[in-house]
Amino acid sequence: MYRDLGILREKRGIEPLLTQLSKEVQGPLRVMEVCGTHTVSIFRHGLRSILPKELTLISGPGCPVCVTSQGDIDQMVDLSLRNGVRVVTFGDMLKVPGSQGSLKDAMAQGAKVDVVYSPLDALEIAKRHKGEEVVFLGIGFETTAPAISAMIKRAKGEGIENLSVYPAMKLIPPALSALMSSSGVDIQGLLCPGHVSAIIGARAYEAISTSYRLPCVVSGFEPGDILLALLAIARQVRRGKAKVENMYPRAVTYGGNSRAMEIMDEVFEREDSHWRGLGTIPSSGLRPKGEYEYFSARRRFSLKPKEVPEPKGCRCGEVLKGAISPPECPLFGRGCTPAIPVGPCMVSSEGTCQAYYRYGLGG
Amino acid sequence: MCLAVPMKVVEVDGNRARVHAGGIEKEIYLDIVDREPGVGDYVIVHAGFAIHTMAPQEAEESLRLFHQMAEGVGD
Repeated sequence: MYRDLGILREKRGIEPLLTQLSKEVQGPLRVMEVCGTHTVSIFRHGLRSILPKELTLISGPGCPVCVTSQGDIDQMVDLSLRNGVRVVTFGDMLKVPGSQGSLKDAMAQGAKVDVVYSPLDALEIAKRHKGEEVVFLGIGFETTAPAISAMIKRAKGEGIENLSVYPAMKLIPPALSALMSSSGVDIQGLLCPGHVSAIIGARAYEAISTSYRLPCVVSGFEPGDILLALLAIARQVRRGKAKVENMYPRAVTYGGNSRAMEIMDEVFEREDSHWRGLGTIPSSGLRPKGEYEYFSARRRFSLKPKEVPEPKGCRCGEVLKGAISPPECPLFGRGCTPAIPVGPCMVSSEGTCQAYYRYGLGG
Repeated sequence: MCLAVPMKVVEVDGNRARVHAGGIEKEIYLDIVDREPGVGDYVIVHAGFAIHTMAPQEAEESLRLFHQMAEGVGD
């Protein structure tokens, strides 16, 4: 059965979906792909070039590194430069420029930074370096937050005291509501993230779909999955409907993964969080609570939230809202490239600017 | 960063499992998975954790949706 799903990657599966899509798209249709992993898949498979001309895809705020605020990035870099501190992070963060340089620059000045694949690796690192304070950079959406909460639970259970998490985790539904309520947003459908939804369930988009009369369709990551979801959005628009649909049922249920959500709720509480491009959004971030508060790096190092201006000339904020496309930024490909990035959207492998640059869509 | 891949379970040991996909074998954790997988099940793996155990009927439902949409039928 599982092997049969290969059709979602094959020409014999893609062609009939494209035929249907061109029948259903009968006027200008603007769809936002919320998730950075979708953005990458769309570019990698060249989907933009084969879609009906009237269908425009707009990349949204679903790249965790890209939406991390400049103040948080600066604090992470500052922490890495403190004596006795070792920072553990996902690789995407290394080159993101802070006001005084990136983590990579800090490493050249002697900062200890380890890149890991799983938050659990931070536990092992903390055990190996008992004389140091190990700080895991907690970046990610609902897909990653349960893994980080499971790591914190294990740290507490094992009595690991030299480990903390810099809380910069963010939640997708509040950001979508903030985005849709901001002025000048012209989107007729949302292609909703697949793996965030594996945790929070398709039902998480009901409120947005109802409030903004917006088709919200959960999608997988194969090219066929993405075309299926676009087709579902186009059909809803043509029929005047606006509902939540799940086109990724092999990973996503309506109610979501309740066990993951319970662990997340046990360890974290919501807080207002600052998003690059979107500003401060109420209850859109997560921080360790109660008996787990000890594991908050903000608390352990008495860090106060910092408001820091974004890099001069960088228009990542507008790119993240879908207000402009990367080539409309004067820095794109000139002052800002993946080798020497100015803003996070050019740094992250899932950043919209990097995707445009790498796949040669420079305008 | 929300990349997650389906992998086949080849061994389960308490809260850990060995999984396999495309010649790669990995050890993953089951702390947050929605349903305990058995050997032979497919799980979706993200950052060292299984986040979903795929039921055979869920894969069938994905295929059914594909055929329905590709043929232009249904609601």
